[in-house]
Amino acid sequence: MTRAAPVWISGFVVAMLAAQLAWHGAAGPARLAADTLPPAPSASVLRLASFGEAPAASRLSMLYLQAFDLRTLDYARLTAWLRALLELDPRGQYPLFTAARVYAEVPDAARSRLMLEFVHEQFLFDPNRRWPWLAHAALLAKHRLHDLPLARRYAAAIDRHTTAADVPLWARQMEIFILEDMNELQAARIMLGGLLASGKITDPAEAAFLKQRLEALETRR
Amino acid sequence: MPVATLARSVLLEARRGGLPWLAAASLAVGLGAAAFLSQVALTDGAALQLAVLAALLRACAVFLIAAQVTAATLREIQDKGLELMLSLPLSRTTHYLGRLAGFAACGVALAALFSAALLPWAAPLPAILWGVSLALEAALVAAAALFFAMTLPSLVSAIAATLGLYLLARAMPAIQAIAATPLPEENWAGRLARGAVDAIAFLLPRVDAATRTEWLVYDAPAAGAYAAAIAGLVLYGVLLVAAGLFDFHRRNV
Repeated sequence: MTRAAPVWISGFVVAMLAAQLAWHGAAGPARLAADTLPPAPSASVLRLASFGEAPAASRLSMLYLQAFDLRTLDYARLTAWLRALLELDPRGQYPLFTAARVYAEVPDAARSRLMLEFVHEQFLFDPNRRWPWLAHAALLAKHRLHDLPLARRYAAAIDRHTTAADVPLWARQMEIFILEDMNELQAARIMLGGLLASGKITDPAEAAFLKQRLEALETRR
Repeated sequence: MPVATLARSVLLEARRGGLPWLAAASLAVGLGAAAFLSQVALTDGAALQLAVLAALLRACAVFLIAAQVTAATLREIQDKGLELMLSLPLSRTTHYLGRLAGFAACGVALAALFSAALLPWAAPLPAILWGVSLALEAALVAAAALFFAMTLPSLVSAIAATLGLYLLARAMPAIQAIAATPLPEENWAGRLARGAVDAIAFLLPRVDAATRTEWLVYDAPAAGAYAAAIAGLVLYGVLLVAAGLFDFHRRNV
């Protein structure tokens, strides 16, 4: 049998709970500790902080990066973060996905180029796994930056460096694809269709995201 | 079979002490966190869910076992239950191994539950290999916690020592990697520090090589690497048992 607490203590608990709710309500919604992206830690430091749980730490860090406002993001710092996260978990695709599909697709050509170069640089470390992101980079270089030499350089890199049997023919022949007189929507349709057919895109959220991008392209035209 | 009887009593105590409820709560928190995070991911949602859940469950299994072993052992010592047990016609070795077998069985049960929870996202073989590795890792933590609970006087110091040893072992490869990157002008102090880090690493279990999330997210481990990881856990576990027995036999009870 439990004893009843004195009435004043019960009242005190209720009052303190009300004070906590009021305090939290007055403070407004929680914000990121910093508005600007802090300098990237090294992969060794991230590995130390994660106690060896690299795949989880890399993906959680990507969600942290996603929380920063794209318009004010410092791309030099962002690139350093993405590089460290790829070094932490080299088989993870999330950093390259966001680099090619989110951070490179900004209207600012200088920032876009920085991200495309990052994709190219990282592609060279593991061409057989990372070619889809460089293929997308080649399309962006051609249709968004209107830089045909850059697009050809990326397309040629895919042909030159990929060796795996599961790399589709259209990806190896990307250079011809780039030189053809097709618009961005046609090219994106071929590439997305090819990626879906090859089974490279299995994540429903990624498929939905890409479909949304394709629809946005169609609406724009 | 006095060892089995002692192990059964430890398991019964864990059940009555609420360990199954804590395991269920860990599972609920892990599943909730993973589901929430996968909703905000642009891609790789299933892998994110699996990686976060596996990392959380591994940490929960280690913490629950460490807390259970130290709390149960120190309670028995403080209640004079240990003295009563030692008055029975059982050798100290039997007594120590019986208790450890019970705690290790708790670890195996947690590992079985947690690896089964990963099956919706992971392939069966990697999940089984991960579960076996987690069971051995939990048994190793149980052996460490029993050793520290028998040698240190308080609950806080025993839990801190157990988790400190575990976390240091998990972080050691990263510490060694940082130490191995010398400054442009390295002096004798730097070389000494690197040597000290390497020397400490020799005394720690290779838990970093076991129960790896990469096995679940990417490929199952190669047979050789897996066998080496498991053998490392078993070897260190036996070392802790030997050290614990040595200390327990010297104890004036």
